[in-house]
Amino acid sequence: MATKRPHLPGLSRRTLLGSTLATAAAASLPGRDAAAQGAFDWKRFKGEKIEVTLQKSPFHDVLQKAEAEFTEMTGIQIASEQIPEQQYRQKLAIEFASGKPSFDACYVAMATQKRMFGKGKWLADLRPLIADASMTSPDFDYGDFAKAAIEAGVQSDGRMDTLPITNHYNILMLNKELLQKKGVAVPTTFAALAEAAAKLNDPAAGVSGFVGRGLKNANTPLWTGFMLGMGVDAVTADGKFNTDGPEAVAAAELYRKLVKDCGPPGVAGFNWYECQANFMQGRAALWIDTATVGAPVADPKKSRVADKAGFAVMPAGPKAHRGPVFASGVGIAAVTKKVGPAWYWVQWASGKQIQTRQVVGGHGASGRVSPYEAARKAQTPEAPAEWLDAVIASTKIAYPVLPDIVAANEFRDVFGIALTNMLADGDPATELKKATEAFKPIYERTEKS
Amino acid sequence: MPGTGRAIASPRAGFGAHPAGPAATAARRGPGLPRRTRYWFFILPTLLAILAIILFPWVFTVWMSLHEWAPGSPPAYVGGRNFMELFTSRRFYQSIGTTIYFTLLSVVLPLAFGVFAAVVFHRRFPLRGLLRGIFILPMMATPVALALVWTMMFHPQLGVLNYLLSLVGIPPQLWVFAPATVVPSLAMVETWHWTPLVALIVLGGLAALPVEPYEAALTDGATRWQTFRYITLPLVLPFIVVAAIIRTIDAMKTFETIFVITQGGPGVSSETVSIHLYLQAFSFHNIGYASALVIVFFALIVALSLFLLFLRQKVKWS
Repeated sequence: MATKRPHLPGLSRRTLLGSTLATAAAASLPGRDAAAQGAFDWKRFKGEKIEVTLQKSPFHDVLQKAEAEFTEMTGIQIASEQIPEQQYRQKLAIEFASGKPSFDACYVAMATQKRMFGKGKWLADLRPLIADASMTSPDFDYGDFAKAAIEAGVQSDGRMDTLPITNHYNILMLNKELLQKKGVAVPTTFAALAEAAAKLNDPAAGVSGFVGRGLKNANTPLWTGFMLGMGVDAVTADGKFNTDGPEAVAAAELYRKLVKDCGPPGVAGFNWYECQANFMQGRAALWIDTATVGAPVADPKKSRVADKAGFAVMPAGPKAHRGPVFASGVGIAAVTKKVGPAWYWVQWASGKQIQTRQVVGGHGASGRVSPYEAARKAQTPEAPAEWLDAVIASTKIAYPVLPDIVAANEFRDVFGIALTNMLADGDPATELKKATEAFKPIYERTEKS
Repeated sequence: MPGTGRAIASPRAGFGAHPAGPAATAARRGPGLPRRTRYWFFILPTLLAILAIILFPWVFTVWMSLHEWAPGSPPAYVGGRNFMELFTSRRFYQSIGTTIYFTLLSVVLPLAFGVFAAVVFHRRFPLRGLLRGIFILPMMATPVALALVWTMMFHPQLGVLNYLLSLVGIPPQLWVFAPATVVPSLAMVETWHWTPLVALIVLGGLAALPVEPYEAALTDGATRWQTFRYITLPLVLPFIVVAAIIRTIDAMKTFETIFVITQGGPGVSSETVSIHLYLQAFSFHNIGYASALVIVFFALIVALSLFLLFLRQKVKWS
């Protein structure tokens, strides 16, 4: 059975209220008041050395560069590594399954690995550490995390496996010059998006109206993101499949219309970096992908369309307006003997200072509230105002883009193949029916085991 | 003890000569354990190494293939269910078809180009050494690094390949971004990468050829083509077969190039058995099913290798 799926509210006044609630929740954890009162001993684990493993990402480059600061503050040495996404997830699962992971702390893509990690109880519960006044700095400000971001790291039994580090929100990137030339307004609904993409599509000029992931597995979140706007989850908390229902078919038709009819040639093999390359070279007018990979399009050192790049929140669907999010966090290996030093690193990596650097530098979206306020004040070219607006607006309507199931990877694979087939001649309804039938036994097997 | 004295003193008792008599036998045996038993101490390290790195993984793989096992859960015995699932999986058969198609192209093309290059480089001409060195450079490249470079070159809108085609008036191609062209495009990368290896093997063969048949052919007035067709080719055929065996086994196992460039896509159109196996084992964590796949794939490779070795022997005899 799938666990109860958290709704991820945003960063509006409601979110701030949510954060206040989170603060209250944190305050209810024993020891918080005591922690706030005494001077915190950051040097408690001086001389220790910890191993940290991370997935390759722009923000993790920032983390690695700042390790010297952490060592200076705590006296703890860090040996860290970054591994590309695909290999990283496998390495993590295999090392944890072996019972002797080679690291003390790690990054976890909760959107795809939460349930597997929860089942194996591979990560230490962070609640007692947060509650321990001698272990958690009063500056940590637990209440600064958006409640929804915290929920993404909490298992169904209440254990807190991770603290949020980066939330990958799907947003709309647009080439303002191309839109202006054709008199197209920034689309705010799915219908307007399809219409705009069709209008902007100009194959003769080498410009596609839309670009998005077509490669199997990578393409699934784009479709499930559209499904959210159609008002349904792909798989509900009680195990009901909506993957071949009318909403799923409508989402797949929209996907096909955008990616196939208005997309560049060869899009069936496009992952995010091919999409990014096309957009940065001015070969695409609209692009939906995560804010993390979208931010560099406004960087003049990397992008040819930096001065024309615009950002907008995910357009609203006919039934709902949701900001698809792919949550991730940092946690501590349950078997490590260095829980203390590892927790200090987790505190620091998810702390205000580093998280602010993430947002201000345009490296990704934080699960905290304060970094956005800081980025607004800083007004850096890496985090342009429009990008910030789009991300903040996404936090207000955030919703997990993938179903909360054990076989999240197989889900992406099976439905990814169906979507790729649609980019050839496949009929959406038939392909989704076939994929649903193929995936159901996998779901049954993995949920019951 | 005459026996002992004779055996030691005899000038004939050199290499290969065995001392005789019961005392000599005792001396051979030495103190303690019999000689044959002592031999075991010498081969024990090798035996242990074989047990640890070959036999144990195999037994463990067979054991895993009979279980359903996912990380975080204890293994459950399922008998032959993984094999049944494998033999009824359409995706498995599709991956075998793709593997055969890819292997065929990735063996035939490097062989043809490699033999041609070897014949060219066997002749003497200015800067031959330098050009030979440049020619074998692709072979030195790391598969992952070159796959990344080819990925950029294949990009339908921004890649250099379509730009080069446009210079000679050929319309842009989709290369690895379309199901119909993905396997030939990947085989093109393999051909570029491994043609030098074939050329080196055949060059070695050419260098070892006797000169007499060529002198006789020259005397008889044979043309260049006739010399190649009736003397060079039959004589280097065993070397070509060796290159074919190496290439076939290598192409069947190709992983890095395909994974980095297409990850088996678009859809499953470039999903070879290696990629299918990788996805099952490390992406979906179906350890039992993947182990069954390993066993079947290994049997296929062994059968093919035996067939190719038989071919090689046949070529040698003929």
